[in-house]
Amino acid sequence: MKELLIIAISSALVSNVVLSQFLGICSFVGVSKKVETAAGMGGAVVFVITIASIVASVIYRFVLDPLGLDYLKTIVFILVIAALVQIVEMFLKKCMVSLYNALGVFLPLITTNCAVLGVALNNVQYGYTFVESVVNGVGTAIGYTISIVLLAGIRERIEGNDIPESFQGSPIVLVTAGLMAIAFFGFSGLL
Amino acid sequence: MNKYTERIYNGIWKENPIFVQMLGLCPTLAVTTSAINGLGMGLSTTAVLVAANFLISILRNVIPGRVRLPGEIVVVASLVTVVDMLLEGFVPSIYSALGIYIPLIVVNCIILGRAESFAMKNKPLISAFDGIGMGLGFTIALMLIGAFRELLGAGTIFGAQVLPSSFQPISIFILAPGAFFVLSILTALQNKLKAPSATNGAAQKKGQITGCSGDCLHCAGHDQVKAE
Repeated sequence: MKELLIIAISSALVSNVVLSQFLGICSFVGVSKKVETAAGMGGAVVFVITIASIVASVIYRFVLDPLGLDYLKTIVFILVIAALVQIVEMFLKKCMVSLYNALGVFLPLITTNCAVLGVALNNVQYGYTFVESVVNGVGTAIGYTISIVLLAGIRERIEGNDIPESFQGSPIVLVTAGLMAIAFFGFSGLL
Repeated sequence: MNKYTERIYNGIWKENPIFVQMLGLCPTLAVTTSAINGLGMGLSTTAVLVAANFLISILRNVIPGRVRLPGEIVVVASLVTVVDMLLEGFVPSIYSALGIYIPLIVVNCIILGRAESFAMKNKPLISAFDGIGMGLGFTIALMLIGAFRELLGAGTIFGAQVLPSSFQPISIFILAPGAFFVLSILTALQNKLKAPSATNGAAQKKGQITGCSGDCLHCAGHDQVKAE
């Protein structure tokens, strides 16, 4: 139990997926103009990463590893993730219309989000068991959501401020992200 | 300048993937802690890019339109696996320094972007040259950013001491926040100089230079506009 807690805290806060591993930067900067859309993206990412880490972990443990096909993991994982996002999208559209309307537009964006593939590969690299992989996946996704919602909140606040002309747009967002990364360094004392 | 050297000039200068198109930000931020890591990542990506452009261009009339993207992804992922194994076998130091970012070359938008926008429409040889140009442009940019961060963060370039030992290294530049600061200053300079870059609108107008309309930031933000 203690190990699981450590994995969850370390994946969500200490080695935050965006601010210290730089995965999913595109959507982090692109979809963080408003808190609501950022939260929607965060929800979609939690959803997809959780399912993807379950499926990737099952495939790795029961197919790739026993057959000695470890080297195929990159190809298999990316295809599984791409197919998974499609299936999830179709399933939601058919069966859970309200959730689909909430997440819909963000789902296709997630296929190219390197965080999903990154989590699947990290699980293999660290030799996590099935339960540990799922905890790591959920933790990472929550870490992503925390940081994108925080960034969106800060961006809403600084929007009306007097920013130097050349820093308007992406530069000031990146400065903000840098300061957040410094703040997240503080969490390394947690473990 | 014939059409082959023109592709290389285009990749290195006119449509430089990092400085102009702002593609592939994840590796740009993550592996540029030193010049040598930047160089290693750049060359690995170049190898994948050249081979992927060449193969996809050969297969462009064979792959059915409906499974175009999955087909391209399989080609790219296979090539990345090969590069991954070669690095593990021959340059283990770079392999361990780059770690998970090597398999993540698969989701680098430069590669799928060039496959979609160039290799799918052109002959194999010129597509390979396009890959060389884009790859070199990416490598040079990563190496420059890496050298800059290494110089400020450790006082060295390629591991050789450059600044006098009295210089106190600003170690934040080789840590995670430094990556954001360096990139923000780079984009701010581009805004200031009104240089053509995806972040200040000049390149967006040209549009369609890559599969995802020029840059990831714009691409993700574009869907958001539609959502609101």
